[in-house]
Amino acid sequence: MFEWQPVWLSIKVALASLGFVVLLGVSAAYVMRRSEFTGKAAVEAVFSLPLVLPPVVTGFLLLLLIGKQGPLGRFLADSFDLQLIFTPYAAVIAGTVVAFPLMYQSTKAAFQSIDTKLEDAARTLGASEWRVFWTVTLPLAWHGLLSGIVLSFSRALGEFGATIMVAGNIPGKTQTIPLAIYFAAESNDMTHAGLYVLIISLLTFSLIFGVNLWARRKQPQATERGVL
Amino acid sequence: MLSVDIRCDLPDFSLDLQFQVERDILVLFGPSGCGKTTTLRSIAGLVKPDAGRIILDGKVFFDAAAGIFAPPRERQIGYMFQDFALFPHMNVQKNIWYGVKQHGEAAQEMYEKLLGLLKIGHLGARRVGQLSGGEKQRVALARALMAEPKLLLLDEPLSSLDKATRLELQAELMEMQKLWKIPFVLVTHDPDEAETMGGKVLFLEQGRQVAAKR
Repeated sequence: MFEWQPVWLSIKVALASLGFVVLLGVSAAYVMRRSEFTGKAAVEAVFSLPLVLPPVVTGFLLLLLIGKQGPLGRFLADSFDLQLIFTPYAAVIAGTVVAFPLMYQSTKAAFQSIDTKLEDAARTLGASEWRVFWTVTLPLAWHGLLSGIVLSFSRALGEFGATIMVAGNIPGKTQTIPLAIYFAAESNDMTHAGLYVLIISLLTFSLIFGVNLWARRKQPQATERGVL
Repeated sequence: MLSVDIRCDLPDFSLDLQFQVERDILVLFGPSGCGKTTTLRSIAGLVKPDAGRIILDGKVFFDAAAGIFAPPRERQIGYMFQDFALFPHMNVQKNIWYGVKQHGEAAQEMYEKLLGLLKIGHLGARRVGQLSGGEKQRVALARALMAEPKLLLLDEPLSSLDKATRLELQAELMEMQKLWKIPFVLVTHDPDEAETMGGKVLFLEQGRQVAAKR
């Protein structure tokens, strides 16, 4: 019997991660662009770390943090009677952490490509920093943001190593597509594994294809090569 | 009246400048890299000078000793950038309305008046990428004036235009200054332009005033 549950769970987890990643990635890129401080390079390196660390290491570090004995895990258990570990929320945290560098880097590059004179022009026309951000910075960085969104969503959707460390593989509760593929293949159930492979491949392909089509229709000259 | 007395420590030299402008055109003339643009950016509030004071019509925008620094949005100072800095993702009309605080009949009247004076009434729906150099210059001027500035700063406003357009726009700028009756501070490295436009010309070199013409 083919189970659709991992598919829906994967999509839900990836969407929730994307929400956090967009918020955190854009804010971080915005703040880092405007501030100079000692140790900035170190902070940048930490932001990129989940991209280069093996996901299973990221998962291990998260386990130390939110596990039953971890500082955050114990705090949440004591104060709110909340347990993150081995729940879908842990999968969202894992997805957010591993996808964050992609959103951060894309947004940072997009912000860097903006002519700062345009933002200065808006300021001299009486715009607040908030208005400059929403009416000038963000629309001009939109393509970079969009590619960051697609990359982060796909990354969160395919997350395996960190997820299995913190969310485990509980069928019907925390089993996402990548986990389902692994465990189906391990028990020699190639049909089901293959079906999940097909679904996740189709999902990511149509996402990138669709976004490229949409972006091209919106701004023909700027995106001849697509967003990704 | 604009009164400027600033010092900015730049990498190669120190900009040290004092001048005043009534409702007139002041030209800052000098070679590139002499501190002209920094002067304009200081007046607009886009950079913070290291010392001095900037006062417009009795309002103190910058006073290093008193620790006063007003951000650009509070200064009501128009700025025309060298390459016009029109917003590429908006059409001409949206660009011109960007700095308007109160949308109403008065603003609509001003908009139509500006379009007429600058002969750009037919451009409203165009995107910035579809404008010629002269058109961009006029749209940038309209955008700056729509925000009802008390002072207009112009950074090499005509340098990217061909000769015929340049002469035409010089005349237009002078005309607009007479109509709006606000001080214009214009930066140029073109001696002819300084000669034509300037009621008063300051000659700058390495951040210092070396001569003046009234």
